[in-house]
Amino acid sequence: MTDYNFAYLDEQTKRMIRRAILKGLAIPGYQVPFASREMPMPYGWGTGGVQVSAAVMTASDVFKVIDQGADDTTNAVSIRRFFERTAGVETTEATSDATVIQTRHRIPEEPLTDDQILVYQVPIPEPLRFLEPSEVETRKMHALEEYGLMHVKLYEDISAHGAIATAYAYPVEVEGRYVMDPSPIPKFDNPKLSMAAIQLFGAGREQRIYALPPYTRVVSLGFDDYPFEASKAEHACALCGATDSYLDELIVDDAGTRMFMCSDTDYCQSRRAAGHVGAQGTPFKEDAA
Amino acid sequence: MYVAVKGGEKAIDAAHAWLAEERRGPEDVAELSVDQIKGQLKLAVNRVMAEGSLYDPDLAALAIKQARGDLIEAIFLIRAYRTTLPRFGGSEPVDTEAMACDRRVSATFKDAPGGQVLGPTFDYTHRLLDFKLAADGEVPSAPERAEAPETKPHIMSFLDREDLIQPEPEGAETPPDLTREPLELPAARPLRLQSLTRGDEGFILGMAYSTQRGYARNHAFVAELRIGACAVEMGIPELGFAIELGEVELTECETVNQFQGSKTEPPQFTRGYGLVFGMCERKAISMALVDRALRWKELGEDNVGAPAQDEEFVLYHADNIQATGFLEHIKLPHYVDFQSELELIRKLRREAMGQVRQEAAE
Repeated sequence: MTDYNFAYLDEQTKRMIRRAILKGLAIPGYQVPFASREMPMPYGWGTGGVQVSAAVMTASDVFKVIDQGADDTTNAVSIRRFFERTAGVETTEATSDATVIQTRHRIPEEPLTDDQILVYQVPIPEPLRFLEPSEVETRKMHALEEYGLMHVKLYEDISAHGAIATAYAYPVEVEGRYVMDPSPIPKFDNPKLSMAAIQLFGAGREQRIYALPPYTRVVSLGFDDYPFEASKAEHACALCGATDSYLDELIVDDAGTRMFMCSDTDYCQSRRAAGHVGAQGTPFKEDAA
Repeated sequence: MYVAVKGGEKAIDAAHAWLAEERRGPEDVAELSVDQIKGQLKLAVNRVMAEGSLYDPDLAALAIKQARGDLIEAIFLIRAYRTTLPRFGGSEPVDTEAMACDRRVSATFKDAPGGQVLGPTFDYTHRLLDFKLAADGEVPSAPERAEAPETKPHIMSFLDREDLIQPEPEGAETPPDLTREPLELPAARPLRLQSLTRGDEGFILGMAYSTQRGYARNHAFVAELRIGACAVEMGIPELGFAIELGEVELTECETVNQFQGSKTEPPQFTRGYGLVFGMCERKAISMALVDRALRWKELGEDNVGAPAQDEEFVLYHADNIQATGFLEHIKLPHYVDFQSELELIRKLRREAMGQVRQEAAE
């Protein structure tokens, strides 16, 4: 692959993206327009995340990609291969070994450190989009800090259902200013958004980048009497026995029997390697799968 | 005991190998050559060039072959290739008046200098399947006219002389580039036209059709539709003059629309404009209609709330590469978000059913 630049994008494009990232870090939660490029993978499949990863990646980085928490889901495999091919960087499945982690829909269970960057793939960056379809209007609302509509929506949820009926992409307020969409992570992950690592959000099709610098104050929206509540399935992982991780639900037979296991495959594997065994798990052997 | 599902990498490799086999098709049939596609499926090549925003018939034909005839997939291949090319400058505006026309028709004047030239059109063919083509492709040769091509002035220029057509102000020296800057609204006309010309033919057609059926109705006459080759020139600062880089085939459509006048403009004709790579007649006409509908603000017309008047709606949804990518991404795994929805629905149901039971007990 000598026809393309390191990490695919040309240096001018990377510079443009880095400027957007720096602006995003300077104004946490603000959506910075950027001239998103057409990537050799479809819009909606992580092109924003891929462009951000390409712009921050250096030859010495160790790269990890997860989709739904797992390293081996097809699109995660595809993106990891893309960078193996175009940047030749080392890749890993171990969260703690990675310096750049690109993710879709999850935050790793293992706390990240200040020498790591977490890159999110974002489908719709605008938290107000489903309340107001016009971009012209929503940009105005952010500029004026006019978030009444969002609070009314949450209030109506409570009056209709007795609870806030948002389970993922749960809106947050960043440093008391911008309301931000944390991408479609389950609300279980929301409390992790205040972390030591740099978090970068890339929305390719919608041409937006936004960011959370380390230790940014990120508050999930709620009310005093109906506060935000992180939730997960009330089970333990069947493989590693973890009770503190987000779980996938699997249907394992024709009778519809359910089984729950960690969505974060590296977390699950590490626990099993450390000797934890769940109700349906086997003692860990290297490459048991 | 349960073993977690793995094997994404192997599955991907196997899928790609199968795809390559399917693309080739039965091996007892000769393989389709890129030249055959370029020469015999020219309209498909044209569409791929127009919506791919790259004028290169060889690459477009290759993309069609690689995409197994899926034109949106072919357009995607071209776009992804195009974006890696450096932009080293802008051409001079093409002089479409000097176009070597293969086709030139006007619906507003029976005859005009330069005449009506039907060219290679489907228009008056009877749409009867020609079973002879299934056997052999022999065609009788078309008659040729010996005389030198006349100049073909734009039909609009005749209306312009009478001041009957709204004058177009000179645009900015260098128009914005949609592929290098993020789309920001409100968009000026050059940006709108750029978006329309690379927009999905079906979408633009549907939008245009909606204006004909009464959603922001503005009856359009095709003042002129011309198709042919135009020279592309580029000014070279070191030389101090422009040199010709080559030729592109273009379809240009100018519509003339009645206009009653508004608070700011006197009664006059107004213009819709379409310009598309290659022979893309349906697209060029559609583009002109949508262009005209989007001009309501600058002409001081009423916004009747029609979809074709809403530039945000049209420009954000015209691009088929964006649309198809996002649409098709919903087949990617969504276990995590779906899981969170499952839990929420179970919780809400538990509470709702509990309430019903309690009310029944009372």
